[in-house]
Amino acid sequence: MTKRGILMKNRLVQILNKYSLYLVLVLLVLFFSIATEGFFTVPNAMSMLTSWSIKGLIALGVGMVIISRGIDLSSGSVVALASVVAASFAQNPEVSKFGMPPVFVAVVLASLVGVVIGACNGAFVAYTKIPPFIATLGAMTVARGLALMYTKGFPVSQLREDFMILGRAMVGPVPLLAIYFLVAAGAVWVILNHTAFGKNIYAIGGNENAARVSGVSVELNLVAVYTIAAFLAAFGGMLMAARTAAGNATYGNMYELDAIAAVTVGGISHSGGLGTVSGMVAGIMILAVVENGLILLGVSPYLQQVVKGCIIVGAVIYDMSKHKRR
Amino acid sequence: MSDYTLEVENLSKAFPGVQALDGVSLRVRPGHVHAVMGENGAGKSTLMKCLLGLYRPDSGRILFKGEELRIPHPSVALAKGIAMIHQELNPVAERPVMENIWLGRFPRRRFGPLSLVDAEAMHVRTRAIFEDLELNLDPRERAGNLTVAKMQMMEIAKAVSYNSELLIMDEPTSSLTETEIAQLFKIIRRLRSQGVAIIYISHKMEEIFRICDEVTVLRDGKFVGEREVASLTIEELIRMMVGRELTSLFPKQDVPLGDVRLRVEELSSPGAFENVTFDLRRGEILGFAGLVGAGRTELMETLFGLRPIASGRVLIDGGETRIRSPRDAKRAGFAFLTEDRRSTGIIGVGSVTDNTIIANLLSYVKKPLRLLDFARIRTDTREYNERLRTRTPSYETRIQNLSGGNQQKVLVARWLLTRPDILILDEPTRGIDVGAKAEIHAIISELAAEGNSILLVSSELPEILGMSDRIVVMHEGRQTAILERKDASQELVMKYATAV
Ligand SMILES: Nc1ncnc2c1ncn2[C@@H]1O[C@H](COP(=O)(O)OP(=O)(O)OP(=O)(O)O)[C@@H](O)[C@H]1O
Ligand SMILES: [Mg+2]
Repeated sequence: MTKRGILMKNRLVQILNKYSLYLVLVLLVLFFSIATEGFFTVPNAMSMLTSWSIKGLIALGVGMVIISRGIDLSSGSVVALASVVAASFAQNPEVSKFGMPPVFVAVVLASLVGVVIGACNGAFVAYTKIPPFIATLGAMTVARGLALMYTKGFPVSQLREDFMILGRAMVGPVPLLAIYFLVAAGAVWVILNHTAFGKNIYAIGGNENAARVSGVSVELNLVAVYTIAAFLAAFGGMLMAARTAAGNATYGNMYELDAIAAVTVGGISHSGGLGTVSGMVAGIMILAVVENGLILLGVSPYLQQVVKGCIIVGAVIYDMSKHKRR
Repeated sequence: MSDYTLEVENLSKAFPGVQALDGVSLRVRPGHVHAVMGENGAGKSTLMKCLLGLYRPDSGRILFKGEELRIPHPSVALAKGIAMIHQELNPVAERPVMENIWLGRFPRRRFGPLSLVDAEAMHVRTRAIFEDLELNLDPRERAGNLTVAKMQMMEIAKAVSYNSELLIMDEPTSSLTETEIAQLFKIIRRLRSQGVAIIYISHKMEEIFRICDEVTVLRDGKFVGEREVASLTIEELIRMMVGRELTSLFPKQDVPLGDVRLRVEELSSPGAFENVTFDLRRGEILGFAGLVGAGRTELMETLFGLRPIASGRVLIDGGETRIRSPRDAKRAGFAFLTEDRRSTGIIGVGSVTDNTIIANLLSYVKKPLRLLDFARIRTDTREYNERLRTRTPSYETRIQNLSGGNQQKVLVARWLLTRPDILILDEPTRGIDVGAKAEIHAIISELAAEGNSILLVSSELPEILGMSDRIVVMHEGRQTAILERKDASQELVMKYATAV
């Protein structure tokens, strides 16, 4: 091939690589629209949004953590703990232990659960240098345990209308849940691309030593990242309580893995320092579309799991192969 | 049989956005040391990686001992008799030196039906290699504990131990001091007399004239010419590389010195250095000379808050200053270009822009929303990198895709951008080509003229002698002399550096 030819081919491959994720998403949507009856309809789109918005919130936070070269396994348990805390401050006055506090109390306390757990995660990772996997594995177990202790395993139900509206309201045809997610995605985009904090996160993930020598406070930035991640998870837990009219210590089971899977499919590298918000969102949407599409196709839940697993590994293999230049 | 060990014909290789090699030829005879020269990004390392099978060329032929060679993988190159010392060190830090040397070909012993790694044989053979090469290295030491120079010597020993017919050395001396360079040259001369063909890449001109027989020059990925070194002058060689005339290499301006900016009193850090005392004035360039293990890097790391101070004081403008972290150091006006660009310098997956601005981020934060001012980020990145002539396809390219010398230029830009009062430079021109070196020296000199103070660590004596107002000489953690510019000579510095 001529030199020009090779350069042109390289250029084409580059462009394809850059947009492959979105291409896959579009192809999936096309496929399911043709293959199933109800996929390409407004109600189905809304139900997809409703069921994936909370996982999406979690995934945004987990994505940031992974960019900093960490991992957060505690999100699912934080969802559970936050849901029971929020619920117990939003019960009908007849059954409530806490009377009838204003709605924001439930929201703030649930969020605080996330902030505290996240700050602990971050502090352990940053100051004791234990691996993030271990630190957040511990938090995952502890948070779930606390939720079970607090509720003795029973759901916290009979919630107030003015609280439940937070997770159930619609803005026109769009569920409020989806709007939280979009706002959070926008905020994370601004943080990662337009703030010093965001640049620091990429730098820490790319080369922690170089970041430190450059005067970046690695420790404080790590604490902040884990705190944001757990805050988003806790906020998600609160919304889940509002949507389902109960808090429950079993909520959020394995959500952390779905979140990790989504951002991984979205091209967030576990070697750190790489990834975009649009990638994360595309990853979340791909998993949502696949899950929803397979259900509509009538595929058995067992086979769904198999497909999901293959997609995750396949996506990463493809992603790695893009960067291998010979 | 061919007269040449290696013949490269018309080799081309493109990366996204750059034609790294464009019809390059190279012929190396057995028993000859063949230099490959060119500016940063000329394509030298890329060519070598093609020879070793790390990159696949787009077109062209490689003949090894007269036979066309296809190298799908480095292990094939090694098996055929081609070994390489890489420009970027890549030790397995957590494992001992000997395992690094035998990686991929561990000595084995049979144990019943099993084939196990024979640690004892490995130790014995590693010792033998080190003794043969007269290297002072412990085979059982953890590789990550070695200094960069020792690591480099380890890599050299490793490459030599393959007993190859073609040995490629990509900037082997960029982190070595004079004594080790002499040692390396002794090894090279011996290999040459044994008929090994050697490809030698370096940006240090005097080395080329000391050790090489022929030189091939590349510019912008193209073949410029091949010459006998004996028939060439430094000026001619530089003109071939750069394509233009270059003036003075060390354009140090004489500037009047101001007040004492930094005073270091009896500073000690156990195991690294003891009782170091010096003053640094405004406008002064203070050079630090010494051999490997002199403790110069450790001293600088301590000043920058990367190591704790065991005893002693640091005074800035007469006031005692406590520096516990790089952040404190930066606030006190320090900047620190580190010696090891891989581990403490570049953020590999980050863009050239991100790498340029990371130490200076806060100055781009705009009120009221505290967002980053990208217009200024772009102009600063462009201005500083153009001044240093960084060669990159774009400022959004990942820095790891730049040539080694160009990565270094980005790091220099990073620290210049912070407009430091006290700039610590640890091997600032390591792996940088002649043109850019002159540029960096001019910038250092200019900074000093503006009243900034500079601590310059370099293992290149001409650089230290040419740039410094005064020279602190260290030997094994002790300060052995402070020499004035007018008194300093190569011999005197070496005398104090070896402390004889
Ligand atoms: N893996 C890669 N991906 C993209 N571009 C690359 C890659 N490796 C090298 N290049 C580009 O190819 C060109 C030649 O690089 P190379 O490393 O061969 O230069 P060099 O002559 O060894 O320079 P130096 O003296 O700085 O080591 C440079 O422009 C560089 O940016
Ligand atoms: Mg190179």
